[in-house]
Amino acid sequence: MLWNSLLLALREIRRNLLRSFLTILGIVIGVSAVITMVTLGNGATQAIKNQVSSLGSNLLQVRPGQRMFGRGGRGDPQFSMADIQAIQSQISGLAAVAPEVSRNATVVAMSNNWSTSVTGTSNDYFVAGNWELTSGRTFLPEEEAAGQTVCVLGATIQRELYGTADSIGERLRVKNFSCQVIGVLKAKGQAAVGRDQDDAVIMPLKAVQRRLLGNRDISSIQISVADEKDIDRVQTQLTELLRERRRLGNGADDNFNIMDTRQIAETLSGTTQVLTMLLGAVASVSLLVGGIGIMNIMLVSVTERTREIGIRLAIGALEREVLLQFLIEAVVLAALGGLIGIILATGASIVLAQVMQVPYTFNTSINLLSFVFSAGIGILFGYMPAKRAARLDPIEALRHE
Amino acid sequence: MTALIEFKGITKRYGQGQAEFLALRGVDLSIEEGDFVAVMGPSGSGKSTGMNIIGCLDTPTEGEYLFRGTHVELLDRNQRALLRRHYLGFVFQGFNLLSRTTAQENVELPLLYRGESAAVRDAAAKQALAQVGLNGWEHHTPAELSGGQQQRVAIARAIVTNPTLLLADEPTGNLDTQRSHEIMELLVSLNEEQGITVLMVTHEPEMAEYAKRNITFVDGKVADDQRTRPLSGKVAEVA
Repeated sequence: MLWNSLLLALREIRRNLLRSFLTILGIVIGVSAVITMVTLGNGATQAIKNQVSSLGSNLLQVRPGQRMFGRGGRGDPQFSMADIQAIQSQISGLAAVAPEVSRNATVVAMSNNWSTSVTGTSNDYFVAGNWELTSGRTFLPEEEAAGQTVCVLGATIQRELYGTADSIGERLRVKNFSCQVIGVLKAKGQAAVGRDQDDAVIMPLKAVQRRLLGNRDISSIQISVADEKDIDRVQTQLTELLRERRRLGNGADDNFNIMDTRQIAETLSGTTQVLTMLLGAVASVSLLVGGIGIMNIMLVSVTERTREIGIRLAIGALEREVLLQFLIEAVVLAALGGLIGIILATGASIVLAQVMQVPYTFNTSINLLSFVFSAGIGILFGYMPAKRAARLDPIEALRHE
Repeated sequence: MTALIEFKGITKRYGQGQAEFLALRGVDLSIEEGDFVAVMGPSGSGKSTGMNIIGCLDTPTEGEYLFRGTHVELLDRNQRALLRRHYLGFVFQGFNLLSRTTAQENVELPLLYRGESAAVRDAAAKQALAQVGLNGWEHHTPAELSGGQQQRVAIARAIVTNPTLLLADEPTGNLDTQRSHEIMELLVSLNEEQGITVLMVTHEPEMAEYAKRNITFVDGKVADDQRTRPLSGKVAEVA
């Protein structure tokens, strides 16, 4: 009986190609839209998380001014080398404390020029930012102490100025002075906030202060905490220390801010999660529209199908045989549509993830969810009218107009 | 000998209250095996209702219906379906073939529900189609066939299971005179040569002349019942 019903169902699908195609199409569109959108949204969230973690782990960033983002607090005093030393000596559990200054400048080498950001810092910078070298070395203590004009290049600078050629030992001209390339960093890729982290030339702090800025200020401090559990304690102690050093009275607001990479990560991934949900909601509408399409096609054919059921009953089909046939037909169509949808969505997600440069991960739950939903609609609306028709006396089904 | 079909006080009521309508009012009727019965009567006389009840397509409101001594009114839906499957064949005025389905597949359908193998279905369907003169038309769909050909496919579908009783509701109602006579001759030969009992509803006296017994319904009752030819024996050619 199962075999017969299967045979009948497949015949019926083949016979009503247009109807079958439209049913499948509705499911395909619904399933693939939802899966693609949610997969890409999740990929974007993942990409941002990766990038934030590539900024460095357990990282605190200290800047003058009250606000976390933007250029607020211009009037607030900058930091000094003494602040750095105070932090290093008075707060325990730190893996690295790196002063940072930077300035945009055009750099020239091998008759190529490139506008980039020149950063002055110490070797701690590489520790705090999880930077690795592809070749060369970091600064020697005497280079840092004397502020010698040596530099470590970001991967983008290496690519734009030297291409695949070896740059170690070459000289790079920055504005009106030249510096020797001593190392090249491993690429990290686009930063979460859109800046290319690899587009940087890194020099000893004193070299940049003296040659590019003409002062001894430090515009931000990057602090890497050795153990994640200590972050809150470090943050509290750091605030106290800096308030004291900056002579802020009891009622005064902080004129500096401490940003935690975890906060950045949470803020940014929170945003993309909202976006993913939004995309998912939009895609759900297409799933719903697809579902309504299936409903329409199934209901429109009720008259024809009711007569057909009447004929089948008249020539001796049992109610359950007719129902099984219709159920199988609906299941086959829905499953086929769902599978095609998943295959299409997977292909589209992989391609789009490549284009958008976000990681692709197969999301089982969303695949399952959208498949079950659209297949459910297909089965429900393929089966329900048939169930009603098969309950009629055959003569009523035959007379159905 | 038990009659093939026996009606005892069969009543069929449609609607309720003001709209109540009695299609059959206590019909008593008995039909022997091997008979060819033409049921006549004006529209609304209950002739089609009676036939639908005999064919288990419809159920009586009251009364007893015995098919070879079995009380059909006590059977459930599935048992009635099995009775249709094993003993009955239907031919409708509107043909009622499955659209977009070839003649061969239409004729095979009852055999499929009987669980016959593909080889048996194929052979039996071909033979039935040949019997109604449609060899070579097996792979045409109803839309590609004339009305007369469609009715032949319907007859082939009805007889492919070699039924005990063939029920035909106005089988010639949608056909021209020449095609009508061809169909009637086909029904006569099925009755004569295969011994299939034929029960036909018609409003054309001309077609009723092919039968062995004419029953006339008026207002839900049998008004007239005449044997025009002996139960056994050849039907004379109609001039």
